[in-house]
Amino acid sequence: MRYTFAAMEMAAGATFRIASDQSLLVYFDQAMETGVAEARPPQGGERNRSEDRPLQSPITLQANEKVRKLLQLMELEPVEGVRNLHPAYCSLLVKFDALRFSHNEVEGILRGFLTRLDQVKLPEPRMVEIPVCYGGEFGPDLAEVAALRRMTGAQVIELHSSVEYLVYFLGFVPGFAYLGELPKDLVAPRLASPRRKVPAGSVGIAANQTGVYPFATPGGWRLLGRTPVKMFRADRKELSLLTIGDRVRFAPIDAERFAALEKTWA
Amino acid sequence: MGVIQVLEPGLFTTVQDLGREGYGPLGVSSSGAADRVSLRMGNRLLANDQGAAALEMTLLGGAFVFPEGAVIALAGSDFGATLGEKPAEMWRAHRVKPGQVLRLGPTRSGARGYLCVQGGIEIELFLGSASTHILSGLGGHEGRALRKGDVLKIGTRYFKSVAPWSASMPNREWALSPRTMEVLKPRRVICVTDGPQSDWFSEAAKKVFYETTYRVAEDSNRMGIRLEGAAIPTPAGGEMTSEGVALGAIQVPEGGQPIILFVDQQTTGGYPKIANVISADFHRLGQLRPRDEIRFQRVEPLGARSMLVFQEMVLANDLRDRRSLESEAWLSKRRSKL
Repeated sequence: MRYTFAAMEMAAGATFRIASDQSLLVYFDQAMETGVAEARPPQGGERNRSEDRPLQSPITLQANEKVRKLLQLMELEPVEGVRNLHPAYCSLLVKFDALRFSHNEVEGILRGFLTRLDQVKLPEPRMVEIPVCYGGEFGPDLAEVAALRRMTGAQVIELHSSVEYLVYFLGFVPGFAYLGELPKDLVAPRLASPRRKVPAGSVGIAANQTGVYPFATPGGWRLLGRTPVKMFRADRKELSLLTIGDRVRFAPIDAERFAALEKTWA
Repeated sequence: MGVIQVLEPGLFTTVQDLGREGYGPLGVSSSGAADRVSLRMGNRLLANDQGAAALEMTLLGGAFVFPEGAVIALAGSDFGATLGEKPAEMWRAHRVKPGQVLRLGPTRSGARGYLCVQGGIEIELFLGSASTHILSGLGGHEGRALRKGDVLKIGTRYFKSVAPWSASMPNREWALSPRTMEVLKPRRVICVTDGPQSDWFSEAAKKVFYETTYRVAEDSNRMGIRLEGAAIPTPAGGEMTSEGVALGAIQVPEGGQPIILFVDQQTTGGYPKIANVISADFHRLGQLRPRDEIRFQRVEPLGARSMLVFQEMVLANDLRDRRSLESEAWLSKRRSKL
């Protein structure tokens, strides 16, 4: 039930799809042609591999920018009856009160917002530095990732902390930021079987993404290190350390510094 | 102000209300009661706001003492409650005397029972809701399930003029109509609409999904209901670009055993979704126990909407005077005999 507007420019290249009887998905590109490196098209065949760094591709970056713009517009001008918004790489899930709206009506409202997307000015991205103690008990998968990618642990650390990442969106659990794009040489698949409990603050990688676990949760990402920073705090006004659109850098620290920082932020 | 003291917490008891909406951009899921219809109706029997915070018990109830007394109602599944040694009927208000103990046992019907108190449970709200989100340890009572010795405050806000045994109507007590009891009756067929990736699945895969009777797995919880049964052939690749996921989304990971995302759900996910449970059936998901068997039936989004509208009309026009309802039932029984 995917349909495209006749006037594509008017809708900023968006397509709509019914997700449930009370939610509508807005896609800013064909979801399966971009995104996570391990994604493949549904009916077999090889994914278009011409793009080495799919998250950094202009298509994905532009789509994500549109997601952020639409989100910002809808947060500034909340619509009564629209109950929740779930942004992701190239899409926004709009959850609404099904007693008040039909999908068509919500689509109409969104269409109105989409015509104004070009006028939205996103805030200057914040630059956030996250200290990480790599390896050892904090990064149990560092050695394996190094072996997989035929380099030393030090090189993995060097690479992981060498780039600036974009917060594409927050999802999964409160304060979990999906960061990209991981340097090509670090791309490694998820663990075959996820851990039952990943300690809070763990810094992991999965395919071409990286992120920090805000809470002790189950997880299948490969763990390179841990940060003493609290990613999500209920007693802090902005709750989450990172917000969508932020830029992030990881700064290697040693165990001593980790302990000292952990104490100050406890 | 009255309090509830926890003598026995039961298997997994948390504070829940109707949840928090609007924090998806932070990755915060809505949480809230697993069976919202039961919570709402339990609260209304007490003349509470229908979204007042209550205790949600899972499979095995606890024991609670009310040192200053309280007015309570038990909603959802029947946990074989006794109040001061006497059986305490479901779906009606009870006056608890100071120091009296409410004991609940293992469930006799579905998965979740609600202990509603007049005035609601008063607790510090997190993002506008009293609901507990266990995975992140946020909301509710210290962000966790209740333990022995916990003390919870009882609030004072309720609609006093229509409260049972209030000064304005000393003889009145509320009951649910048979039509509402019908909404609450367990049903093994869950209605779904197409999911956003329905067309990724082959016709054969959909046939498997709609013709299989699935069993609820032991490790199901408020985050997700895991199902066991015939494996659904997954689209090649299995994983896709992560996107926002709706409540009740049925995702099919590699291996083909479907998972229904539930109230404490992750806000985004990377597995294709073959279908999505309709809003009018969410409360039924909350009553599924491990090993229960269910099947799925496909409906159109418009059909799903009219089912929701109908259900809400039934619930909105509910609450009957208990006595007149009882005499009606007695009369109709007489009539059928004649």
